[in-house]
Amino acid sequence: MNQTEARQPSELELERRAFRRRQGLRSVLISLASTLALAVVVWFTLINTPGWARVQQTFFDPEVFVAALPRVWDGFLLNLRVLLVAAVSVLVLSIAVAGIRTLRSPVFFPLRALATAYTDLFRGMPLIIVLFLVGFGIPGLIGSGGPRIPSEVLGTIAIVLVYSAYVSEVFRAGIEAVHPSQRLAARSLGLSHGKTMRLVVLPQAVRKVTPALMNDFVAMQKDVGLISVLGAVDAVRGAQIVTSQFYNFTPYVVAGLLFVLLALPLIRLTDWYTARLRAREQIGGIV
Amino acid sequence: MSAVLRLQDVRKSFGGSEVLRGIDLDVAEHEVVALIGASGSGKSTLLRTINLLERVDDGRILLRDRDITDPREDADAIRARIGVVFQHYNLFPHLSVLDNVTLALRHVARVDRGHAEARGLELLARIGLADFARAFPDRLSGGQQQRAAIVRAIAGSPELLLLDEVTSALDPELVGEVLELVRELKADGTTIVMATHEMAFARDVADRVVFLDRGVIAEQGTPAQVFGAPREARTREFLARVL
Repeated sequence: MNQTEARQPSELELERRAFRRRQGLRSVLISLASTLALAVVVWFTLINTPGWARVQQTFFDPEVFVAALPRVWDGFLLNLRVLLVAAVSVLVLSIAVAGIRTLRSPVFFPLRALATAYTDLFRGMPLIIVLFLVGFGIPGLIGSGGPRIPSEVLGTIAIVLVYSAYVSEVFRAGIEAVHPSQRLAARSLGLSHGKTMRLVVLPQAVRKVTPALMNDFVAMQKDVGLISVLGAVDAVRGAQIVTSQFYNFTPYVVAGLLFVLLALPLIRLTDWYTARLRAREQIGGIV
Repeated sequence: MSAVLRLQDVRKSFGGSEVLRGIDLDVAEHEVVALIGASGSGKSTLLRTINLLERVDDGRILLRDRDITDPREDADAIRARIGVVFQHYNLFPHLSVLDNVTLALRHVARVDRGHAEARGLELLARIGLADFARAFPDRLSGGQQQRAAIVRAIAGSPELLLLDEVTSALDPELVGEVLELVRELKADGTTIVMATHEMAFARDVADRVVFLDRGVIAEQGTPAQVFGAPREARTREFLARVL
């Protein structure tokens, strides 16, 4: 049984392996050298630009960096809260919209038309305009006598409205990608349309679109910084406040770094997941 | 004896082409009926209309003397009483074999998970797939998948089982195990309507063979009569081509 394990590779195979090893070593050395050369070129170009000293001072001042961190961090925690609430809301709303758009019965025409109009409208409109419309429109509707809604709540609503429109299209693509025979099999067992969607179609659709969903989530992570335009004191707004105190832009870099640090794990996770999907679908392939 | 299933002048067309042109057929309790005929003769469409996966254009289908083509009937409840097995198995790839088998029990018949799984495991053990209960369908061979699909269809103890070319997608050496299971179901007294290309199997297992030709029943009778002494010229032509 275990003959293959004990067997020595032939001369031919050993020679091929040695060649591949040499090739591999060579390409690693070449890429290392070229990366270093590029880094050196970029660095020297940068520090030799006429304004480098001034830019370094206004954007990368270590003292301001340390001073800004607590304030920006406090704001960043608000961004995290908004992100969490928005992500959950987007999931719920977008699945609902995608589900409505896949209903075929003529009875649901008004609902379907509404869902289509919604995705068309909010996918077309710039986020910043939606932020203004919601941020100033809803308080306007309530009037000065009514309760005051915090600006971060209004900002979250705007982000949810825009992102749900995008994400619902991702889900719809996933639902359409599940083979109709799956629906047929589920209905033949007596499952209703709703149960077929919930138990058979959606779980398969979600698997198909997970990389696209994660991508949208990364995009949303940084767009939550836009709620600052409504006056919510988040990381961006916090940075703005510190900037005006020091007449120095380093706080924005602090905020930017925090957003990147937040996004990195998920970006890596997306890459890993995509690679895993590819590996599973191409068993044994080398191209 | 009262019929389990009774078709009366069932008609169905897609676009301009008439696929079923007035089918009358009675299926008795415990009877196994084999539908034979060329591709496009309407076998699959007929099975799908019986399970209400297609709506008939005219005629009636009676399940235990109740008109199930009546739009006032609850189609989901009727489908739950009729098991269907498809050519390409159509197992749910995201669910384990056991969850495939118990899905309808849990969500349609509303059996609690414990009892549903006990029933599912018992059925899987009967077909020798108990070890695969927690595996996903893509780990199974085609024949195993099809047998799991058959068990999924009978888990809810349907009154009628429809088999749509259940061996057509299988490698020849896997056909036998699936046919063996169908034979066992017949021995249990299951009422079966099956579309098939396996003439030898139809002759062996069916109580009655129905030859469909371009949407009408051209001839029907016992296997011995239809295969041994076909009355119609077109039956003879068809059999000459496939045997």
